[in-house]
Amino acid sequence: MKDAKVKILSNIKVGDSYYKMTLDAPYIARYATPGQFVQVRCSDGFDPLLRRPFSIHRLASNQGVEILYEVIGRGTEILSMKKKGEHLDVLGPLGKGFTLPRSSTATIITGGMGVAPFVFLAEVLKKKNIKTTVLIGANTKSLILCEKDFKKLGFEIYIATDDGSRGCKGLVSKLFKPQTGTIVYVCGPNPMLKCIAGMCKRKRIDCEVSLEEKMACGIGACLGCSVKVKSGRNKLACKDGPVFKATDLVL
Amino acid sequence: MKIIIGKIKLKNPVMVASGTFGYAKEFEDLVDLKKLGAIVTKTITLKPRQGNPMPRVCETASGMLNAIGLENEGVKNFIDEKLPYLKKIGVPIIVSISGDSIEEFSRLAKRLDKEKAVDGIELNISCPNVKAKGLVAQCPEATCDLVDEVRKATDKTLITKLSPNVTDIVAIAKAACKAGTDAVSLVNTFLAMAIDIETGKPRLGNVTGGLSGPCIKPIALRMVWEVSKNIKKPVIGMGGIMTKEDAIEFLLAGAKAVQIGTANFVVPGVCEDIIKGVREWTRKK
Repeated sequence: MKDAKVKILSNIKVGDSYYKMTLDAPYIARYATPGQFVQVRCSDGFDPLLRRPFSIHRLASNQGVEILYEVIGRGTEILSMKKKGEHLDVLGPLGKGFTLPRSSTATIITGGMGVAPFVFLAEVLKKKNIKTTVLIGANTKSLILCEKDFKKLGFEIYIATDDGSRGCKGLVSKLFKPQTGTIVYVCGPNPMLKCIAGMCKRKRIDCEVSLEEKMACGIGACLGCSVKVKSGRNKLACKDGPVFKATDLVL
Repeated sequence: MKIIIGKIKLKNPVMVASGTFGYAKEFEDLVDLKKLGAIVTKTITLKPRQGNPMPRVCETASGMLNAIGLENEGVKNFIDEKLPYLKKIGVPIIVSISGDSIEEFSRLAKRLDKEKAVDGIELNISCPNVKAKGLVAQCPEATCDLVDEVRKATDKTLITKLSPNVTDIVAIAKAACKAGTDAVSLVNTFLAMAIDIETGKPRLGNVTGGLSGPCIKPIALRMVWEVSKNIKKPVIGMGGIMTKEDAIEFLLAGAKAVQIGTANFVVPGVCEDIIKGVREWTRKK
């Protein structure tokens, strides 16, 4: 990992309150694996104080690193106003990412902003010729993210919306038909993680969960993002995760 | 730049504060550890502790709350797993300890006394996030009794870490000195809380936590100044130091050394900048 001042290559609005930022971060682009994250300092001052953790969304061309974010507070609001050419302190790559499958198929399941780490993963799966199905869940039609990115890779896509404005009405878990011999990657709200993890456990399917936790340091020093695991001592979302085997977690 | 605290010789007065730097290995890619004046490690206890429920951290205006609850793997694990790495760095290692009783502090100190790699012990009698009737650091008599017992258990340099959650911090500092501490460090975090108005629930699993960061600096500075003029032993100042200018302010207020805490989370390489800044300031002086 490295902490560096990096240039913003672009910062584009991609939805109601969603933005995609591309950073000129060759070191991170070189060493990152899907599922890892970066800690971004939103301003040079000390208010807001802490860095914000963002999944590495995609590797762009010329060693660019993309993050996908939703404006939900002061930090992301400041970030959304940043212009191309400005600089940010970015620390990364951090944490442990997804395990690549030994099987020839994989399923990606996302809910809302949970899609953030999955375009990077999907691109790596494509390179490895893994037949991948993507299940996208969102509150409503306009909040479905990254559909085009997955389509471009030729992956099968199924959509569920809470209000039924696109695809199947209801939770994304309704679309999930667990089949043995595959691996499932999931990221989204906690009830969804719990549901998918339970379904996978019953069918003995490998399932990896990417967690989102409040954190301060991002490097395992503050112990702010402690995660309860079934055996032994607590794990840290920032260092031992954010990706965990679902069977290891107390969800 | 060189200073002496108890029996410890520091090449500069800038240390990292307990609980904000793990056991140093976490920062090895980000900080040239050899440059640090000293490393104060995350507080350890006799037995492993699981710590408090989540959420454990929360951002506030120019600051943050934490209620980790002294999660650690216990003294045995520290000596077996963490100390060998710390020893190799080549800077003074100060081990922060805590316990539920004087006896526990005393046993920890005795155990660490046998370890050559441990240069000093910081007594964390001021963590606001553990369930107890009151903090030892809130009572001069209790502080005096505890430091007195630990003093009997070890010849290593003892630093007593004080709480700002008191009416008269000078009285506590004097009590620690009377009982034989080699130095006092102040301040630990301020007991505080935040509530999520959407859910109506506290933002921390522990309800209350310790406030740190730039928002506490002026109060911490005032306390360091008050204690410095009233005791002869060295004062190690901390509380919201984010920049070299902040560190210099504490030195001007009477601190002989400073500790950098929350800033490590925000700018992991900040200690190197502060050391450089303090060095330049010392030269000009």
